[in-house]
Amino acid sequence: MSGGALARFFGGDVWYSFRRSPLAMASAVVALFCVVCAAFANWVAPHNPTDLAMLELADSLLPPAWLPEGKTKYLFGTDAQGRDILSALMYGTRISLAVGIASVLVSMLVGVTLGLVAGFIGGRTDAFIMRVCDVMLSFPAILVALLVDGMGRALFPQAHDTLAFAVLIVAISLTGWVQYARTVRGSTLVERNKEYVQAARVIGVTPLRIMRRHVLPNALGPVTVLATIQVASAIIIEATLSFLGVGMPVTSPSLGTLIRVGNDFLLSGEWWITVFPGTVLVMVALSVNLLGDWLRDAVNPRLR
Amino acid sequence: MTSPLLEVKNLRVEFPSRHGSLLALDDISFTIAPGEILGVVGESGAGKSLTGAAIIGLLDPPGRVAGGEIRFEGRRIDNLPYEEMRKLRGRHIGAIFQDPLTSLNPLYTVGRQLTETIRTHLPLNAAQARERAIGLLQETGISAAAERIDQYPHQFSGGMRQRVVIALALAANPKLIVADEPTTALDVSVQAQIISLLKRLCKEHGAAVMLVTHDMGVIAETCDRVAVMYAGRLAEIGPVQAVIHQPAHPYTVGLMGAIPAMDEDRERLLQIDGAMPRLTAIPPGCAFNPRCPRVMDRCRVERPELLEAGATRAACWLHDASITL
Amino acid sequence: MSTLVEVRDLAKGFDVSVPWSNRVIERRPRQWVHAVDGVSFSIERGKTLALVGESGCGKSTVARLLVGLHDPSAGEVLFDGQNIASTLAGPQALALRRRMQMIFQDPYASLNPRWKVRNIVGEPLTEHGLVRNDAELKDRVVELLHLVGLVPADMEKFAHQFSGGQRQRVSIARALATQPEFLVCDEPTSALDVSVQAQVLNIMKDLQRSRGLTYLFISHNLAVVRHVSDQVGVMYLGRVVELADKASLFAKPRHPYTRMLLDAIPDIAMSGRARTPVQGEVPNPLSPPSGCSFHPRCPYANERCRQERPALLEIQGVRIACHAVEEGRL
Repeated sequence: MSGGALARFFGGDVWYSFRRSPLAMASAVVALFCVVCAAFANWVAPHNPTDLAMLELADSLLPPAWLPEGKTKYLFGTDAQGRDILSALMYGTRISLAVGIASVLVSMLVGVTLGLVAGFIGGRTDAFIMRVCDVMLSFPAILVALLVDGMGRALFPQAHDTLAFAVLIVAISLTGWVQYARTVRGSTLVERNKEYVQAARVIGVTPLRIMRRHVLPNALGPVTVLATIQVASAIIIEATLSFLGVGMPVTSPSLGTLIRVGNDFLLSGEWWITVFPGTVLVMVALSVNLLGDWLRDAVNPRLR
Repeated sequence: MTSPLLEVKNLRVEFPSRHGSLLALDDISFTIAPGEILGVVGESGAGKSLTGAAIIGLLDPPGRVAGGEIRFEGRRIDNLPYEEMRKLRGRHIGAIFQDPLTSLNPLYTVGRQLTETIRTHLPLNAAQARERAIGLLQETGISAAAERIDQYPHQFSGGMRQRVVIALALAANPKLIVADEPTTALDVSVQAQIISLLKRLCKEHGAAVMLVTHDMGVIAETCDRVAVMYAGRLAEIGPVQAVIHQPAHPYTVGLMGAIPAMDEDRERLLQIDGAMPRLTAIPPGCAFNPRCPRVMDRCRVERPELLEAGATRAACWLHDASITL
Repeated sequence: MSTLVEVRDLAKGFDVSVPWSNRVIERRPRQWVHAVDGVSFSIERGKTLALVGESGCGKSTVARLLVGLHDPSAGEVLFDGQNIASTLAGPQALALRRRMQMIFQDPYASLNPRWKVRNIVGEPLTEHGLVRNDAELKDRVVELLHLVGLVPADMEKFAHQFSGGQRQRVSIARALATQPEFLVCDEPTSALDVSVQAQVLNIMKDLQRSRGLTYLFISHNLAVVRHVSDQVGVMYLGRVVELADKASLFAKPRHPYTRMLLDAIPDIAMSGRARTPVQGEVPNPLSPPSGCSFHPRCPYANERCRQERPALLEIQGVRIACHAVEEGRL
């Protein structure tokens, strides 16, 4: 079954368009590389930055290996505690990606469900959900995230560090789901009036089944594109929050935290602590964004 | 014999795609005399709209004319640069499309669109152009034209809008009008009004019409001659009554038989089994051969040219006079 | 012959008002479209009733009312004696649905683009529990495909791999899965080419004969209607204006609108004949004319036509809603 699906995918227009777009292929390679490094950080990274016992203070604030004072052991240099920047990057990317993908998954779950319900049931339910969306949209994502984070700290003052991950995901998805809800609602409204849905009603299929088996698969099209682009923006929001100090703590730093930490050393000349995390953040966000852009054009039937 | 207004010779239109080059029109030839109404009929995918688009010069890229020529008043127009074609279009060749909703710009008044077209192609000042526009609207049967000229397209009904589109097409007094399914999106009662209007106005203005449609009834009411297209090729061409009542090509015979008629009761409609081949899968020889009830071995191998067949010309080996049967 | 479907004073209105906030601020009243405005007819078992009319006449809405896709605002639909609105709301709903099915106009939108044909055609079978396992499902689907002239290999294909005519056949196969007695066909061939239309119409006629099916056939094409129907109902702006058996309607149309329609069709065989001039267009359903809704376009309208809505009366064996005919002026 899935063999047939794979064969169809690789013979299809989307893959063809991918092969012909150098930008898409380059972005995919970069994104894939980052993901692999992040996912297998435990094995790929030269050192383990979270293991406090392994750190050597004597090696702190070393510049990147190609500069005169650098050591090849620490390719991108070290930070104030002697943590290897390259390894910290990999672990940090892992956390950034994890937060990004997890928050997008949560947003998708909530948003798609609400969008389906709003579009299918219509009437007051639809109006209510859409008004909630409007209200959510009028709050800037960062502010909402700050608010949630503040609440999280107030509620769980001791457990803050361990719960930071969950709090961050809630903070980001609280505003993220709106886009999915609106998109899916639009698609649902279109699909609901199509004759194959009416045919299912005439056959006697229950509304829930119709939503799940007929409307949902056909309404998901734009969602994949949206999700890809949102991963990039979720990563950036998380980085912003961490930079502001309300995101991931230093003990399990994400890219944003690393940038913040390194910020303090920027003016004293130890630029590598902030620049490398910054570059990687841009690389990841950009490549995922470009992939999302390409995907949107590739699946748009009018542009083919 | 007056020289033809429009001459299409061996026209080939192709669409380069990743599957190779798709030949959408394959060696189409016909002429239109001044003031004549030629119908181009065929089913979906036969290429009739493409023929119209190629003549007006509005082929959607990547489609392009890959061979043959189109001559308007003796002059070649298929290879004209964009600017030249733009001047030709509107002034000498008018167009009417299927959907009256999208043919008019919803943001501008009807009068503005008319006068703009008029002034682009004719040396009239604003007042003269407006008078001409009002005159045109009146000719197309829009009452209170002097007031309605300042209304927006959405204030007109579907049939009225199509009348405005006809007025637009006739604005610069073109010699040829290409009408692509002008009545398909309209109700039956309005359809009748529009086709009689089109016929009358074109005769009055002396404009020739190339009427592209799938509706044989409309062809029967309006056209002088008709060309039947199949899979990007010309199957039969001839005077309308001859093609309808004495069709020579088996496809035309099948087509006529498949249309439910108003004057007789039949138990079963004549059925042509199978379907028109997709452009990527046209069989060798005659494109109709897999479905033809009178197929011969020759048909599977050799593609027929248009041969004389009584009052019409049909691309069918059955009418090869050189073979004694 | 017994009556299978009976429709009495059926009416359906749609609320097309602007949103509540707009209504309050702009002081606009609620707006209704009376898509179906008091329609009555009956269909005998094994016969075909065709409903004909132009845009806005309500024929598609009637079709949907008859299969329960809409609930009527007034009037009732009786299927084999039972009121379908109340049956569909109750426990017998599934049993009723098995007996009536629908075929839609758009072959491209009536099949789920992501499903294989075997699932599309098999869905009614699984929903109604008519098959016990996958093997039985497969057999039944093959049988149904064969009925409409498709091959078993088509089962594994997706909708987009078929042409318009083939998709309509799949729709027909799906509609026949539960072995219904009544099929509502909403312009099933309007989107198809002429030669394909011929194939589909022939299949439908063959099936009617072999299975004793009853059809409600909706169309705007009078020539097709003439070919398939036994009885014809002409609709205008939500009302039935003429209801007669096919022969009477086409040989001697009585209602001015019917005459106008028949006159207006461009026809191959009858081109060049004299015609009565046609005026105007179908009015906006949001503000229909008073009295008889056809009076602005009718050459025989008098004062009564402007004031009083004509009732559907039986005159000389056919049912007409026209004052002029009733008064003997026509």
